Amino acid sequence: MADLLINQLINVVNKLIGRVGLSWLLRVPELPDWLAWSVTAVVTAVLILNVIAGGALVFIWAERKIAARIQDRLGPTRTGGRFGWLQSLADGIKLLAKEDLMPEGADGMLFKLAPYVSFCASFCAFIALPFAFDFVGQRLNVGVFFVVAVLGLEVFGVILAGYASASKWSLFGAMREAAQVVSYEVPLGMCVVVPVMLSGSMDLVTIAEKQSGWISNWYLFHDPFTFVIFWVYVTCAVASVNRAPFDLAEAESELVAGFHTEYSGLRWSFFFMAEYGSMFLVSALAALLFLGGWNGPIPLATLLGLSEGTGDTANYFVRLIGCGNLILKSTLGVLLMMWVRWTLPRLRIDQVMTTCLKYCTPIAAAMFAGAMLWQLAFPGGVVRGLSRPAGEIREGWLEGPGGISAGRGLFEAKPRVVPNGSETPVGQKVNPTVESPVIVKVGS
Amino acid sequence: MMSSGVILLPGLVAAVATAVPLAVVNWHSVLFLLFAAVACACAVAVVLADNVVRMAFYLVLSLASTAGLFFLAGAEFVGAMQLMIYVGGTLVLLVFGVMLTAQAPFVAIKTSAGDRVLAGMVGAALLAVLLQAAFRVESWRRPAMAAVAAPAATPIGMALLGVRVDEPAAGVPAAAVRSGYLLPFEIVSVHLLVVLVGAAYLARAKRRRTPRSIDVAASSVGPVVTAREAARSSASALVSGGGR
Amino acid sequence: MNTLATGLSFAATPLVAGLFDAPVGVAHYLVVGAILFTSGVVCMALKRNALGVLMGIELVLNGANVNFVAFSSPYLRGEGAASLGLDGQLIALFVILLAAAEAAVALAITLNFYNNHATVDIDRADDLKG
Repeated sequence: MADLLINQLINVVNKLIGRVGLSWLLRVPELPDWLAWSVTAVVTAVLILNVIAGGALVFIWAERKIAARIQDRLGPTRTGGRFGWLQSLADGIKLLAKEDLMPEGADGMLFKLAPYVSFCASFCAFIALPFAFDFVGQRLNVGVFFVVAVLGLEVFGVILAGYASASKWSLFGAMREAAQVVSYEVPLGMCVVVPVMLSGSMDLVTIAEKQSGWISNWYLFHDPFTFVIFWVYVTCAVASVNRAPFDLAEAESELVAGFHTEYSGLRWSFFFMAEYGSMFLVSALAALLFLGGWNGPIPLATLLGLSEGTGDTANYFVRLIGCGNLILKSTLGVLLMMWVRWTLPRLRIDQVMTTCLKYCTPIAAAMFAGAMLWQLAFPGGVVRGLSRPAGEIREGWLEGPGGISAGRGLFEAKPRVVPNGSETPVGQKVNPTVESPVIVKVGS
Repeated sequence: MMSSGVILLPGLVAAVATAVPLAVVNWHSVLFLLFAAVACACAVAVVLADNVVRMAFYLVLSLASTAGLFFLAGAEFVGAMQLMIYVGGTLVLLVFGVMLTAQAPFVAIKTSAGDRVLAGMVGAALLAVLLQAAFRVESWRRPAMAAVAAPAATPIGMALLGVRVDEPAAGVPAAAVRSGYLLPFEIVSVHLLVVLVGAAYLARAKRRRTPRSIDVAASSVGPVVTAREAARSSASALVSGGGR
Repeated sequence: MNTLATGLSFAATPLVAGLFDAPVGVAHYLVVGAILFTSGVVCMALKRNALGVLMGIELVLNGANVNFVAFSSPYLRGEGAASLGLDGQLIALFVILLAAAEAAVALAITLNFYNNHATVDIDRADDLKG
């Protein structure tokens, strides 16, 4: 009796998810291609925007509270109740109401465009960032490469802002930023290459999937070299998003406010959203590359019998849990950056360059060589019993309610049928109970 | 100007709406048109702009849209490479150079009207020849759209290691020996190293004069040296960290 | 105004419709490449700022790259037409790498010139004129 009830409940949930999820849109045969595409694109874009804007609201509040606690203050306490949790919303309204000023000698067009250039770069990088196995705007074969490349474009907004403001402070900030970002892309690229080498793919989804299972499968614990290079990555990531102690571009004790000295109101807030978006992005990238992506420390879903392929509902829940995992890890990364910001003093520009050229780059190169040799020496990992054989790792495209696996790639006129190249073909794990509407066998 | 735009706009919208029934719109074409329009418009804007910083900005937009075109053509790796090296590396370097040299008199160096007309004519002739060549071959105009792109990152990596694992292109006999790219890859890497050393040598900090001699030189020679010293002092202030 | 709109729509119908619903072919890419190339050549000839000339070179290289990628792309070609295959993408990669090297050296030369002559106007680089 109880079993029957639960099964009915799961049926209802199943149907509800079928309605709420977007995959039904793509499966309705009468729906024209362009409409399905447009709706999917708009929904994806709005979701990503929400991640950036909503994340910025939460992170600004968190930053105020953390800074206050570290400095033995209380921080915002009144707006919106006990913890001042509406403070950033109030700040946003204040920013909207402010006057947008432009200096007299400024280059009008570039001055107005610069914040949007920054924001667009931050936003575009999210397109290829997977939040769970199927929760990705556009799965790219060169995902990690794309994300790092687009993230590097954010510097253009800063440079243009610095030049167009017609102010010496802004120009100095912009020049420092240009020098710093170009330099730090070298060690950052080397750090990113190591997980790519270990997984044999530049696809972020594949990289994260290869780390599924217990915590020992995370690339952070793969070998001592990856453990070291993770911290090099953290350093370079902090530098590449211009957070303290590397925030030379806006050093307020030297350059007033650096590149955004002359900005106010809404345009200024776009710079801030771009900054918080990039912080979240590099943290999510760290999670995907080194910290197992959307896989938790223990394979909870598998232990509960909810593994992928047991059905649509199960898949959906597994992905929701995974999405939560990834967001949790990324948030922890952002909080770590805030902790660092309010703890360490700012470096000088020559110290910034020394850190990059004399420490990060050689260490990253040595660790890269070390990880390569470790792969040669211990191809299956060291801890027996905890690491899984490579054959078990699921790859390719799975049918499911995530949306994209319904078989339409963005860049083809025809449906994409070929899975990720050089990987094992689709459908390795065929669902044995495909037709059954009851997905999770409870109590049996 | 304004009123003609107001009249033309509904006309254009109506034209597009009647000409393109939405059901047959091909998203690939729409995205292609978007990227191609931005790339071409910004390339022309680079030529037309006088301000060197704006030229750099238009160039960035043009090259980034070209990367979008590469993605649309199925060359994901080349597109990402274009974004990373070209747009993120080379152009940041270029903008850096622009800012180091962007003293007020050099931001906009005008060219004479005669030169502009001449260059326009030569450019138009060149464009006509190229376009005529582009439309010459029948099979270039009518794609089959049957092929499905296989991701090319792994075959490219293998080819750079000297092993070809990709399918031979249509029209090439399967048995033909296809060259790997190990030797060019090595040559390029050595080349880059040489360039790195050479550029660092060329742009190294020159021997500094004592402050006293700067004053003497500035007062005796006049504005040229003053501009030079101003540039140098701003560069050294940048390096030593501004407020310190 | 109405007649204008109707006239426009009639004139533009085949052209616009063809652009939006016909598949994109190599010729489309060649047109983009040609425009980029021509802009680059004109830019190189016209600009007196050394960095402007450098930007012209980048545009020219990029126009060539567009052609390489178009010819290597598997689904822009007609049925059975010969294609560059992966070689086109590899050549494009090498072009990008060499362009980066070229830009670094050219920029170093420009900065050197600026240090010695206090200008970036290449018409002033006539020290070797007899």
